[in-house]
Amino acid sequence: MDIVDQSIHELHRSLKAGEVSSVEATRAMLARIEAVEPQIGSFITVTAGQALADAEAADRRIAAGRMDVLTGIPLALKDIFLTEGIRTTCGSRILSNFVPPYSATSWEKLKQRGVVLLGKLNQDEFAMGSSNESSAFGTVRNPWDTTRIPGGSSGGSAAAVAARQATATLGTDTGGSIRQPASHCGCVGLKPTYGRVSRYGVIAYASSLDQVGPLTRDVTDSAILLGAVAGYDPKDSTSVNTPVPDYTAVLTGTVKGLRIGLPREYFIAGLDPDVQKAMDAAIETYRQLGAEFVDISLPHTDYAVATYYLIATAEASSNLARYDGVRFGHRAEEASGLLDMYTKSRSQGFGAEVKRRIMLGTYALSSGYYDAYYVKAQKVRTLIMQDFMRAFEGVDVILTPVAPTPAFRIGEKADDPLQMYLSDIFTIPVNLAGTCALSVPAGFSSDGLPIGLQLIGKPFCEETILRAAHAFEQVTEWHTRKAVI
Amino acid sequence: MRFQPVIGLEVHVQLKTDSKIFCGCSTSFGSEPNSQTCPVCLGLPGALPVLNKKVVEFAIKAGLATNCSITPRSIFARKNYFYPDLPKGYQISQFEDPICQRGWLDIQVEGQELKRIGITRIHMEEDAGKLVHGEVSGLEEGSGVDLNRACTPLLEVVSEPDLRSSDEAVAYLKQLHQIVTWLGICDGNMEEGSFRCDANVSVMPVGSDVYGTRAEIKNVNSFKFVKQAIEYEIQRQIDLIEDGGRVVQETRLFDPNAGKTRSMRGKEEAHDYRYFPDPDLVPLVIDAAWVEQTRQELPELPECRRQRFMAAFSLPAYDAEVLTASRELADYFEACVALGANAKAVSNWVMGEITRSLNDSSTSIGTCPISPRLLVELLKLIDVGTISGKIAKTVFDEMWRSGKEPAAIVEEQGLVQVSDSGAIESIIDEILAREAGQVEEYRSGKDKLFGFFVGQVMKASKGKANPTVVNELLLSKLKG
Ligand SMILES: [Zn+2]
Repeated sequence: MDIVDQSIHELHRSLKAGEVSSVEATRAMLARIEAVEPQIGSFITVTAGQALADAEAADRRIAAGRMDVLTGIPLALKDIFLTEGIRTTCGSRILSNFVPPYSATSWEKLKQRGVVLLGKLNQDEFAMGSSNESSAFGTVRNPWDTTRIPGGSSGGSAAAVAARQATATLGTDTGGSIRQPASHCGCVGLKPTYGRVSRYGVIAYASSLDQVGPLTRDVTDSAILLGAVAGYDPKDSTSVNTPVPDYTAVLTGTVKGLRIGLPREYFIAGLDPDVQKAMDAAIETYRQLGAEFVDISLPHTDYAVATYYLIATAEASSNLARYDGVRFGHRAEEASGLLDMYTKSRSQGFGAEVKRRIMLGTYALSSGYYDAYYVKAQKVRTLIMQDFMRAFEGVDVILTPVAPTPAFRIGEKADDPLQMYLSDIFTIPVNLAGTCALSVPAGFSSDGLPIGLQLIGKPFCEETILRAAHAFEQVTEWHTRKAVI
Repeated sequence: MRFQPVIGLEVHVQLKTDSKIFCGCSTSFGSEPNSQTCPVCLGLPGALPVLNKKVVEFAIKAGLATNCSITPRSIFARKNYFYPDLPKGYQISQFEDPICQRGWLDIQVEGQELKRIGITRIHMEEDAGKLVHGEVSGLEEGSGVDLNRACTPLLEVVSEPDLRSSDEAVAYLKQLHQIVTWLGICDGNMEEGSFRCDANVSVMPVGSDVYGTRAEIKNVNSFKFVKQAIEYEIQRQIDLIEDGGRVVQETRLFDPNAGKTRSMRGKEEAHDYRYFPDPDLVPLVIDAAWVEQTRQELPELPECRRQRFMAAFSLPAYDAEVLTASRELADYFEACVALGANAKAVSNWVMGEITRSLNDSSTSIGTCPISPRLLVELLKLIDVGTISGKIAKTVFDEMWRSGKEPAAIVEEQGLVQVSDSGAIESIIDEILAREAGQVEEYRSGKDKLFGFFVGQVMKASKGKANPTVVNELLLSKLKG
C-alpha cells in the first residue's frame, strides 16, 4: 500500500518493521500536499522544514527502540491549536501575523510522543461556519468533488485526511465542526465528551461547547489519537479528572446486545433520500451484528439550533474581545486615537460571519435582553441535556445521521446564514448536552459523496461509541474507498 | 430644609497572595514592565484561568471576620468592556452569587453609640494592568501598557447604604482596614492602592425614607481624602438642590489638591458590562468543613482582643484600644505580659517610648529592635530598684541604638541607682552648705524650693540617686 494511504496503525507497523522511515513517509506526505494542494487548499501553513526535522528525530528515536504507536507519524493540526514558534491564524486576518509563544496542551502531548507536524490546516474563521467558506485563507474544496464544500469548521482537517495529505489530523468541534466535515469527506471524526480533552492553547470560539478531537482514516486511529490527547489538564479548569482508558483495547468487533436508540426527531421528512438510505442500511447492519434497536425521543431537539446560536455567540462575543490590536495580531495603520484603533483593527481583521456572531452574542448579553435570550437559552440547554440523560437510561448509544444532506456546493448557502446554520441540526444537540459522538463513513450518495453515521454516547463513554463504530467498520467497506483527485 | 446624607462604600482590597488570582505569576511590585506575565494574564489566545485557592481562603477569612455567610456555590462572571489595560476585553469578577454575602461591622464614632453597618457582599476579582505614558525607557511616544498588575487578586467589599456621615464612613473604613491587615490578607497600603475606596453619596430631606440620586466618587486613597471627598460631595448636592437643581447619577473623581469632586463625564456613561457566568471556570464549591477549618484558623479579632485586654489585664479602654491598633502591636504587648511583666507598666512603655521611637525611626513594631524579652528585662531593673524610671529611659535609648542587654548597659555606664543613705546624705550635706541662702528661704516658708534641692541632688549624683531616699533625707535635713 502507498505510504500516503496508510492509517496510523498501518504506518506504525511499516515504521516498526523498518520497511519505511519517518523521513520517507514525511517526504511522501509533503510531495502529496504539494501535488494536490492547488485543488484542495487544506493547508494555511505547511511546515516542511519542521516536519523533516521532526521526522529525523523520530527516526533516531525508532532506531533507539523508544518508539510508540505515534512516533514518526506525519500529522497536521487545525490552525486553531497554538503551536509555539509556528504561525497560528485561526483562519482569520486578525491573527495573520500571530506566532504564539506557547503550545496547546494537546499538541504538547503529541509532540512528546514523537509525531511529525506537517502544517496547520484551513478552517472557518474562528471555527465559525459549516462550510469552510468563512476562512480568510480561501475556501477548502471537498476531495470527492472539488465543486463542493468539505464541511466546517474543521474543513481543512477533514479534507487533508480524505486527500491523503496527512495520516490523521486534529480538529475542534463546537456544534459539529469535526463530525460534519468528517461525514462530508468520508473520514472518522470524533467529538469527545466536554472536559475529556484539554482546551488549553486552543483558540476559544464558545468555551462551554468547544472540544478537541481526531479526524482519521478509521476507528482504530481515532481510538489511538483520542487516547493520546485525552486526560485532565491542571491548566484547564473545565477538564475532568477521570482516568483515560486504553481506547484501542475495547475495539472487540462485537456489539451483541448493544441497545441503540433511534430518536424520532432526527429521522424527519425532508431528510435527503440518500442519507435516509444509508441510515436504513446501517441499522440493518447493526441488527445483523446483534444490536437491539429502541425508538426514543429527544423532545427538545427543535430548540437546539436557536439555543446554540444564543449561547455560542454570547460566549464568542466575549472571547473575541481580546483581539483588539493592542498586544498581538492585526492593528490598523493610521488610526486616530484608541477607539478608532479598536474599530479599524477589528473591522479590518474580522470577516463577515465573525462580525455577525459577535453582534448576535453582544445583543443576547445586553441588559434588557439577557434574561430573554441568554438565560432562557441556558434553561433550554438544561432541558436538552436532560433529554439525553433520560434517553441513556434505556440505551447505550444513539444512532442518527450526521448531516441532513451530503456536502453542498460551494457558494450554495453562502448568502443564507440560516440555511447554513441548519446544516448542523443533528450535531449541535450533542455539544449542548456536553456528551460524546462520532461520525463514521456509512455510504455514498448517488453523486458519489460520502455520508456519515453519527453515534452518540453517554458522557465519558467514548469507548462504547468507538467499539460500535469499529464493529460497523469491520463489516463495511465505506472507509476503504478513496477520493480520486 | 435640612438634609440627611446617605453613604455606601465599595472598597477594593488587594490581597497579599504570592501569585496572581488566575495564573502562577508573582504579585510583587517594582519589576520591569510586563516581566511578570504569562499567556494567561496577557490574555493570549487559548489561555485559560485557573483559580488560586489561596485567594478563596483569604476571601473566606474576610467574610467570616465581617460576619458574612459564605456562599456554598459561588460563580465567576465576566465583566465585558474594552480598555487597553484589560487584556482579555473582560474582567473576571463575580456578579450573581458572590463568595460572601450579608455581613456587618459595628462601628464607633467618638461620642456616639455603637452602630451596625451592613455589608451587602464581598466578591473576588482580578485587577487590571496599568497604562504608562512616556516615563518608560524605550517608549518614545504614545502610551504603553504594563500588565504586571493584571490578574492580581482583589476583594471588593460592598457596604449597605447605612452610613450617615463622613465620620461614620471613616470609622467603617478604618475598621475594615484594621480587619484585613489584622487577618494578614492585605498590606493595607493606601498610597500604593492596596486598599482603595469608591463612595456612593446621596442626600435626602431629614425624615424622608426615599434616597436621593447618588453620585459615585472614585478611588479615594486616604482616610483624610475620604472624609474631605464625602463632605464636599454632601455640600455640593445640598447646594445644588437648594438652588433648585437636580443631582444626576454619575461618576465623580476626587481631586485632593482642590479638595473637590468633579464629574468624569464620558468615560463611564451608560456602560453595559454584559455580565455572564465565565464558562472557563467551574462553579466554586465551598463545603462547610472548609469554612469551619478557616474559622478555627482565624486569629482573635481586634474587637475581641480589646475586650479581653480590658478584662484580663485590667487595662483602661484607652490602653486596650491603642494596643490593638495592629495585630503585631497586640502580640508584642501580650508577649511582654507573658514574660511576667506588669501589664499596665508594659502598656505605658509600649504606648510611650516604644511608639515614640517607632514613629521617630519610621519603623513598625514587627521590626522593633527591642524584643519583648529585652523590654521586660528593663522593667525588672526598675522593679528591683537597680535603676530609676528616669534612668531607664536613658537605658532604653541605648538599647534601641545598640540592641544590648539593659543590665549590660547599666553596668557599662555605671547607671546603677544609689540607694545607700550614707552616700546620698553626704551629697545633700554638701549642697545644703553651698546653698545656705536658699535653705534660709525654704525654712522661712518657701516650700516650693524643695524641688530645687531635689534637682541639685539628682544632678550631683548624675541621676543615679534613688529619688525616694533623696526625698526622705532632704525633708528631714531641711527641717533642721
Ligand atoms: Zn500570569
